[in-house]
Amino acid sequence: MINHPANHDFGVSLLVRSLRKSFNGQEVLRGVDFEVKPGEVFVIMGPSGSGKSVLLKHLIGLETPDAGEIFINGESIQTQEIAAQYRMALVFQSGALLNSLTVGENVGLYLSEHRLKTPEEIQRIVTEKLEDVGLKDVTDKMPSELSGGMKKRVAIARALVIEPQLILYDEPTSELDPLSAIVIGEEILRLKERIGVTSLVVSHDRDLAFGVADRIAVINEGRILTIGTPDEVKRFNDPLVQNFLHADFKRELQPK
Amino acid sequence: MFESIGEIVLLFWRTLLAVPLAWRQRQKVFDQFFEIGNASLLMVCVLSFFIGAVIALQTGPVLVDRSLASAVGGIVGIAMAKELAPVMMAILIAGRIGSAMAAEIGSMSVYQEIDALRTMNINPIHYLVLPRLVAIALALPMLVVFAILVGWFGGAVVAEANNHIAIPFQAFYSDLRDIVEVRDVVNGVFKSFCFALIIGVVSCHQGLTTIGGPRGIGRSVTKAVVNSIVLIVIFDYFLTRILLK
Repeated sequence: MINHPANHDFGVSLLVRSLRKSFNGQEVLRGVDFEVKPGEVFVIMGPSGSGKSVLLKHLIGLETPDAGEIFINGESIQTQEIAAQYRMALVFQSGALLNSLTVGENVGLYLSEHRLKTPEEIQRIVTEKLEDVGLKDVTDKMPSELSGGMKKRVAIARALVIEPQLILYDEPTSELDPLSAIVIGEEILRLKERIGVTSLVVSHDRDLAFGVADRIAVINEGRILTIGTPDEVKRFNDPLVQNFLHADFKRELQPK
Repeated sequence: MFESIGEIVLLFWRTLLAVPLAWRQRQKVFDQFFEIGNASLLMVCVLSFFIGAVIALQTGPVLVDRSLASAVGGIVGIAMAKELAPVMMAILIAGRIGSAMAAEIGSMSVYQEIDALRTMNINPIHYLVLPRLVAIALALPMLVVFAILVGWFGGAVVAEANNHIAIPFQAFYSDLRDIVEVRDVVNGVFKSFCFALIIGVVSCHQGLTTIGGPRGIGRSVTKAVVNSIVLIVIFDYFLTRILLK
């Protein structure tokens, strides 16, 4: 839809202006504005149902906004022709690996379907990208044989094959144990440093957000509440933001 | 079903436009073709043998009593070639293959695999619908030819073995040859080709529009089978009208 296999400039800028979307009369996005700089790791945090995933679908072209515009490197991507000039990848919350294909076939799918490389080259690239995300000897396994964390890393490897200029992560650490979550977080940072890709991470994982973000936006009920560096967001004096950032169990001890 | 006729026609049209790309997807077409043939051949044999047999059993004694024994072969021959083999095999394939198509594509929709394809600029129609539609359009007519032959054989076996009918094998086939023309078989095969397109496009459409998790997948499978069968029966009437001329 959006990816075109010819452009090799890394790290694009992203600008979202007054984005609105309703489903069956219910407003999910109510005028979202933000900007992501080239090579930046930008995290959008917010509670479940705040419109984060819908926002990502708009950016990758899976949804069309009711109003508002999305610009990449200053160009509106309303038309497919302009959108096709940029390579973007979305790492789905579930991984969204094709269950009928092996891990290797999943990772190499973009190259094989578009006939961009020979089968031997595809195999080499697949092995290389899987090793980039710390996976070895999984090429012939089926997705059902992998753990949740491994599936997410395979999904990242599949995204890397596109050589994206903008990589979007939808809840990359959900359903993962803390150690696997750290591996994914480190992977996001390593990719930024190694290839300078612009990363947009949507998550409600506070540890991940404050660990990897250059800047954070907090979204609630389809509106951005604040945008800033992790420190600025922590200091932002708004009850909704503070509640979200400091929500914790309060277990009252019963007197014996 | 009728509210989504427009979407189904549009999907069919888009798939038709993609037919020149079928050669690129030949491996997937072959896999699907093998799947359809392999999954259905035995069932086709059993079903068509007994359909042929039961027509002979139902019509044979009545016709023999009225000194019309020579018509039994023709009735079995015409009924199998023009009507029963195409329609019954289409219903069988709708149940076996249409349901599998709707379930597989439906689960891909629900688990965002189709969205993942779109983000990689892989058209789901080219990748999923085209190979299935081409494979079923090739496989069902072949299965129907097979079904017609096995059905005739089933009729011949019963005509000879049943004491009430007792028409020898050779006499049955000779009567059948006198009445059934190549055109009758071609008509049946053409109908089955149309039914294959209906099953393929209806099932893939149901799969692509699946929402709502496992329950949604179940609903899509049921709708795919029921809608395919309803459309097969409706189209059967109109195709028969056209082909009678």
